[in-house]
Amino acid sequence: MLIERRSLLFAVHRSENAKRTGGDLVRAISLYAALYGVWLLLSGFFSPFFLGIAAVCCALVVYIALRMDVIDQEGHPVQISWRLIPYLPWLAWQIVRANLDVTRRVFSRDLDIDPVLRWVPASQRTDLGTVIYANSITLTPGTVSTDVEPGRIRVHALSGDAMAELETGEMNARVRDVEG
Amino acid sequence: MSALIDGLTWLLLLGGGFFVVAGGAGLLRMPDFFTRLHPAGLVDTLGAVLIILGLVLQAGFTQVSAKLVLVLVLLFLTGPTATHAVSNAALVSGLMPWTKRKDND
Amino acid sequence: MFDVTAAILLVGMAFALVRAVLGPTIYDRILAINVHGTKTVLLIAVLGFVTERPDFLDLSLVYALINFIGTIAVLKLIKYGYLGDGP
Repeated sequence: MLIERRSLLFAVHRSENAKRTGGDLVRAISLYAALYGVWLLLSGFFSPFFLGIAAVCCALVVYIALRMDVIDQEGHPVQISWRLIPYLPWLAWQIVRANLDVTRRVFSRDLDIDPVLRWVPASQRTDLGTVIYANSITLTPGTVSTDVEPGRIRVHALSGDAMAELETGEMNARVRDVEG
Repeated sequence: MSALIDGLTWLLLLGGGFFVVAGGAGLLRMPDFFTRLHPAGLVDTLGAVLIILGLVLQAGFTQVSAKLVLVLVLLFLTGPTATHAVSNAALVSGLMPWTKRKDND
Repeated sequence: MFDVTAAILLVGMAFALVRAVLGPTIYDRILAINVHGTKTVLLIAVLGFVTERPDFLDLSLVYALINFIGTIAVLKLIKYGYLGDGP
């Protein structure tokens, strides 16, 4: 029973994602490097014994990840990493602006808010792009993504201004560029 | 030099503390659940960033700083996901947002 | 300077706790506890500097993870009434 269900899960997973490509090995190696880096960062011990244990543990984790079939375009997205670099400073600036706006509204005497709940189009091609867009919306105070469907996101905004700014579609276009 | 760094640290820590308290105050003042999500975002973003940056300034270029940055990255990945999960659960359960106007869909 | 920051953080945590007690819906409480947890992560990190023991940062990391998983687990419990594969 359990085995049957697991194979069904795998079948669904396989058909949803692109078929396995030669990039898998590159992804596995980069995952190994990332894991090893995190280990070194957190432990701070550099004796051969600990370095050896680290090598074994990281290899085990990569092996399990390969068996679970989670190293793919979504599970370990190395293909977008360099396009994220110009996006993050812009997002940081938006977050600072939104923070100041929400703080002003919180401390204003008559609580200057006018909440709206509306669908906003999301024109990303992949699920990963939609997730980045929805996460960016939630990270910006003043707007929260409450529901995600293919092609659109339901957004709750604290004020009409925040919603109007989102509806200009600038963030949407920038996340689409991150996708490539 | 160290006086300059101390001053900057004071500025960052107090700024972060201000946003953390603002988030708490917003949590108390807002009229309903969905509006309370937004002050919670204040704590998750600028509050956390400023306090961690202040600590990084004091720690210098060490392993401690690396761990602090890792904490920040974790908060930035998990914070929005948790907020989205809570808000989606509330919406699915039928909780309706408080509004001034009536043009929602 | 770190003790002042810790005191400010405690004030913010008290606000979040008041909201968690007042409610009124279960989701308000979960949100308040989630925010309280984020502030706890920051407080633990600051306390590491107050006591000059940087080991506290590891606790801070673990608390960030537990906070997230705890929030998701409570939400799942409310939605389905159980945490495993089936009731």
